[in-house]
Order: sequence, then C-alpha cells, then structure tokens
Amino acid sequence: MTLSVATAAFAEEPKKDSAAPGAAPVAAAPAVTAAAPQTAAPAAAPAPAAPVKKKELKANKAITLSLFAVIIGITMGVVVWAARQTKSAADFYAAGGGITGTQNGWAIAGDYMSAASFLGISGMISLYGYDGFMYSVGWLVAYITVLLIVAEPCRNAGKYTLGDILSFRTDPKPVRAVAALSTVAVSTFYLTAQMVGAGKLMALLVGVTYKQSVIGVGVLMVGYVVFGGMTATTWVQIIKAGLLMSGAFLLSFLVMMKAGFNPLGFFDMIVNNPDIQDHVSKMVLKDGITLAGAEAGQRFLEPALFMKSPLDQISLGMALVLGTAGMPHILMRFFTVPTAQAARKSVIIAMFIIGAFYVLTTLLGFGAAINLTPQGIIAVDPGGNMATLMLAQQLGADISPILGDIFLAFLCSVAFATILAVVSGLVLAASAAIAHDIYVNVIKNGHADQHEQVTAARITSFVVGAVGIVIGIAAEKQNVAHLVALAFAVASSGNLPVVVLSLFWRKFNTAGVISGLVVGTVASIGLVMVSPNMTYPKVVAAGAQKVITAMEKKQAALPPGAQLDEKDAKALEKAKADYEKNKDGKSIMGLDAPLLKLKNPGIISIPLGFLAAILGCLAFPNRRSEEMFDEVYVRQNTGLGMAKAIDH
Amino acid sequence: MAEKQYDWSAIAKNPKFIELHHKKSAFLFGWWIFSSVYYFLLPIGAAFAPGLFKIKVIGVINFGYVFALSQFFVSWGLALYYAHVANKDFDRLTRELVDELHA
Repeated sequence: MTLSVATAAFAEEPKKDSAAPGAAPVAAAPAVTAAAPQTAAPAAAPAPAAPVKKKELKANKAITLSLFAVIIGITMGVVVWAARQTKSAADFYAAGGGITGTQNGWAIAGDYMSAASFLGISGMISLYGYDGFMYSVGWLVAYITVLLIVAEPCRNAGKYTLGDILSFRTDPKPVRAVAALSTVAVSTFYLTAQMVGAGKLMALLVGVTYKQSVIGVGVLMVGYVVFGGMTATTWVQIIKAGLLMSGAFLLSFLVMMKAGFNPLGFFDMIVNNPDIQDHVSKMVLKDGITLAGAEAGQRFLEPALFMKSPLDQISLGMALVLGTAGMPHILMRFFTVPTAQAARKSVIIAMFIIGAFYVLTTLLGFGAAINLTPQGIIAVDPGGNMATLMLAQQLGADISPILGDIFLAFLCSVAFATILAVVSGLVLAASAAIAHDIYVNVIKNGHADQHEQVTAARITSFVVGAVGIVIGIAAEKQNVAHLVALAFAVASSGNLPVVVLSLFWRKFNTAGVISGLVVGTVASIGLVMVSPNMTYPKVVAAGAQKVITAMEKKQAALPPGAQLDEKDAKALEKAKADYEKNKDGKSIMGLDAPLLKLKNPGIISIPLGFLAAILGCLAFPNRRSEEMFDEVYVRQNTGLGMAKAIDH
Repeated sequence: MAEKQYDWSAIAKNPKFIELHHKKSAFLFGWWIFSSVYYFLLPIGAAFAPGLFKIKVIGVINFGYVFALSQFFVSWGLALYYAHVANKDFDRLTRELVDELHA
C-alpha cells in the first residue's frame, strides 16, 4: 500500500483503504462488526489468535446531541451577528478586511485541519507508528511556502479571489474564467470528499442515516455561508480550531499522566508493549522479515511500515508543500486581513497551532496504541480512524464512566465542528469564483453595484452548497479517496505555478496563465485518472478469483457432504458476485490496469505546469504585461494602491 | 474611487525599492529553498538511509523520530526568524519608501 494524500486525508472514511477489493464501503453500518468477515486484511491480517479486545464505540446520544446543539447554537448566533455586518461584496468575501492577524491565524488553522487529519493521522500513528508521524510533517512545512511566497503579496495584490491576482496584468476575461474553473474544480473535489466523509462519520457517531447526516451538515454549511459570508465562516473556523486544540491538549495530558509525565518512559512503553510487538511482527512478516520482542516494538518507531514507495512519498510531499499555497480557500483567507503584516502574522500563528497539533498527534496515536492496542483499534475500524475517539472514551472512563461518555461526545462534536468549518470555507471559495469572477467581472464587465454583488454571492453560495449536498448523497457508494489527491494535484500543478510566476516574473502574461492553468490542471487530472487511485475491475476480479480458488480448495479438502462454515460460504458467494460483476469491466478510462504506478502525480504534473506557463509566455510575449510588472511588483511589496483593494 | 496615481516604474527604480527588493528576494527564496531541501531529506532519508533513522539517540528514541520532530522546530524557527527580519528590516524599508513617496 502506498501513501496518498487521500489515504490519510480521507481516512475518516472507515475501511476505505483497507477494504477488500471491490468491497462496498461498510462505514455506515455500525463499525463494531468490521473486524469480522472478508479477506479484508487491513495492515497485517490480524490473526484470529491475537487477543482482539472486542470494543464497541458507542457515543452517548443524549450528551453528544446536546453538545452538537450547543455548537450549532453558538455558531448560529455568530451567523445572525455576521449577517447584519454583511452589506458589501467585501464584507461577504473578505469580512470587510476586518479580521485581525491573530483571528485569521486561528481561522486558517481551523480551515486546514480537517477531520481527516484530526482522526486519520493519529489513527495512522496508532497502527503504523513512525510513518504516520512522518506523514504529518508535510502538512506543516507546506505553510513555509505560504508564508514566504504567497501570503503577503496576495494580501497586497488581490481582492477576493485567485482570479483577482492573476488578472491584474493580463487579459482579465479569459484569465478570470479559467481561474474560476480551476477554483471550482479544486473546491468541488475537496468538498465532495469532505461531504462523503462527513456523512459517514456523522452517521457512525450519532446514529443517523448517511443521507440525513449529509443533509444536516449541508444545510448548516449553506446557512453559515449564505447568511454570514466570510465573517461567519471565519468564526466557525476559529471556534472549531479552539475546540480541536483544547481536545488535543486534554487528551495528550491524560496520555502523559498515565505515562507519569516521563517521555522516555512513554517510548519505552511503546517498545515493550507485547500487543504492539505482536502487531508489528505480523506486519513485517509479510515482507519476509521475522522480528520479535523489543526488536519488533522498536520497529514501530522506524520508517517504512506503511510507506513502501519512496517516489510516491516524495511526489505527495511536493503536492502538499506546493498545493497548500495554491488552494483557493487558503488564498482567500489572506484577503480578510487589513495589511500584509497581518497576513504574515496570521500565517505564523497558524503554523504554531497546526504544528502543535501535529506534534500532539504523536502522543494521541502512540497513546492509543499503548492503551487500546493496535488489535483493539483495528477491531473497531481497520483504518484506525476511530483511535482518537476510542482513546478519549477510555481515558475518560478510567477516571469515571460518565466522563468517558462526555469526552467521547466532546470529540464527536469537535469532529462535527471541524467538518462544518472546512466545508463552509470551500463553499465560499467556489461561490466567490463563480459570483465574483464569472458573473460580476466576466458577464457584467465589473458593472454591478454592491447590492447586486452580494445577492449574486448569496445565490451562488446557495447553489454551490445545494450541489455539494446532492453530489455528497450521490457519491455515497463511490470511492472518493482520490478526490483529495486530485484537489492537491490541481492546486499544486495548475494554480501554484501561475500564482508564483504572476507575482515574481516580469515576462508573465495571459498566454502563460492560460497555458499553465490548463496544462497543469489537465495533466494532474489525467494522471490521477490513469493512476492506482481508480478502480480497475480486472484487478478486482483477479482478487475475487483468488478468494474463489482458496475457498474451493477448502471445500475440496472437506469430507464429502460437509459444507463450508457460514463465514467462508459468505465470502465465496461475495467473491463470485464480485468476479462476475468485474471480470469484463474496465476503469473509467477504459483501462485494465493503471498506466502509472504513482498515486500522486505531483512529481510529473508540477514541472509540467511550470513549463507550460513559461513556454506559453515565451511563445506569446506581451509588452503591456511586462510593462505592468513594475506596478504589480511595487504594489505587492509595499501595499501602495491597496486602498482600492479594501475600498468598500 | 479616487486613488493616488503612482509612477510605478519610477518607484521600481528608486534605490530604496531596489534595496528592499534585493534583500527580500534573497531572504525569501534562499530560506524557501533551504526549508524545501530540509523537508525532502525526510522522505528521501527514510527511504534510502533507513539505517541512519534507526540509530538510537536518547533511550529508545531514534534519529528518525528526532529528525521528524526537528522539522517542526525548524519550521517554527524559520517563521519566527522571518517575522523578526520582516518586522525589523523589510517593514522599515517599506515605510521609509512610502513616506518618501508621499512627502
């Protein structure tokens, strides 16, 4: 199994990456039974002999729903307040430029730390140790690029959207149109992935149906954005970041308390834990390596239990480090602060919050491995996504039973707030691209009064949100994990090269923007479509065929007349159905097997994006664009002429 | 929307702006390249020098863990250093330039 952004970023979807080929996602079903049938070997097929502690993760519905109600109540209050402040387009898209650096820092952190990183990364650490931690590093380092290269110039050069930055010294209409398309594509990929994950997670935690949870999350998200615009969205993100950090600190404190506040002792506990040792030795045995005892425990702290393909890992790193700076909803956050200094301050604050959070995930992940055992975590969810929640429940219950329920409910509500914050930011970014770039600037040539602009913004937000809900429901049974990889691929290969060149290269012009955006976007989408992220029916059929052969062999070995036991019979039946369904199929692109081994195309598509942008400019030089570079460059460095940008 | 008109190309040739621009570019791209190289040493090192990552540093804690953790501190340190330089030098140069233009 190689690592993709999708794997962990989408890890809140239980069972997704680890399910048997072709198995329908079973996340919506109470996950308790997940350990049972199928050939679904998650990490290392947990041998039935392992002391699997059957654990049930059941949130106390009354407490959980009360906490949800509190969060909804508080944020609704913010929406009502924000709605009164929202009169102009600048209010709607950029909170009137009136967010402080500190507030924006918290909001960036809230926007960025999705339920996937919150549940998925600590889960990965709890099952794969060091590799899970290594994975989280890129998410913080990505902000160095944001801080050094894009934050301040964007604040000084832009107004509300990516299109604003790119259209400054180019032919605005085509550039805005292409930039808007790219923004909508990135936001939709990311939004769909979040909506499907949200639906499954909420269904699991609160015990409602998938559809109900998608609609519930969707309606709230539309409400926040349509009525409260950027002001409400920002505050939802701040509240969420505060809750998330409190939860992470509290849990880490409890984990360390159990370890006697001795970090070295804590690591000794990992190495000497017999369950972890057993888990690791089964994992490495698949590679033909035998390890036992402390040696196996030590292996948990070393790389390569999860990441097997270095090239994919490096490619993923590139997509993360460069894609974050090209994410439209991240760029958009820099228009909410009044000055470049505030933009700088906000990134630095965000970096401390995000970094602290990812450091804490090691305590949560390793703490979960020690306290719950990897086997126990897999028994509830093979992807490990429930590890943090289980840990909260257990550590709370160690103090008093009711406290376990309260901690679990608290973390569930953090996950809920997290989803709301992330999806609201995405809806806002997509609707800004449609309403501000396409409607106001392309269709209306920039001639729209404030009232009309705000109305357009509200209508598009409503439509984008509604479409998000519909896609979310439609995609329930789809494997949407690749969509996160796609979002980062397009942002890093399409958006980032043109933003950087537009800010820093004199010769950059319209042809460069369009060729860079189009080639970067098409290349990254195309490469993902032929990558192992897609489903290849022939591969699924081959997997099913193996199960059939194994089961038939088993049947043949039985004494005449005897039948397979119920579990094996079911597996055989399912494999046969899977085989029939898939044996003649081809992937969406009509392929039998992936053309490309890489799950993350960044290492190919990012250079392509840059190259296309540069070649486009060299092929079609434009004097006016070159002459205007001085203005762009002086503006972005000094903030001169910015009065216009925040004028409202 | 009344806006002061600036002669952008004249400002771009202003010695103060050129100083600001040189200092900033050298700093930003230099440190950006440094941080990228430092970051990519992690996946590259984990893949191609696993033996190094296994070396125990304190107790059972190995070099790999310390190195991954160091990424956080290097990133934070760089962020603070940048804030320091930007607040002290870049902002001052910018302010002087803007004051001169408005004078």
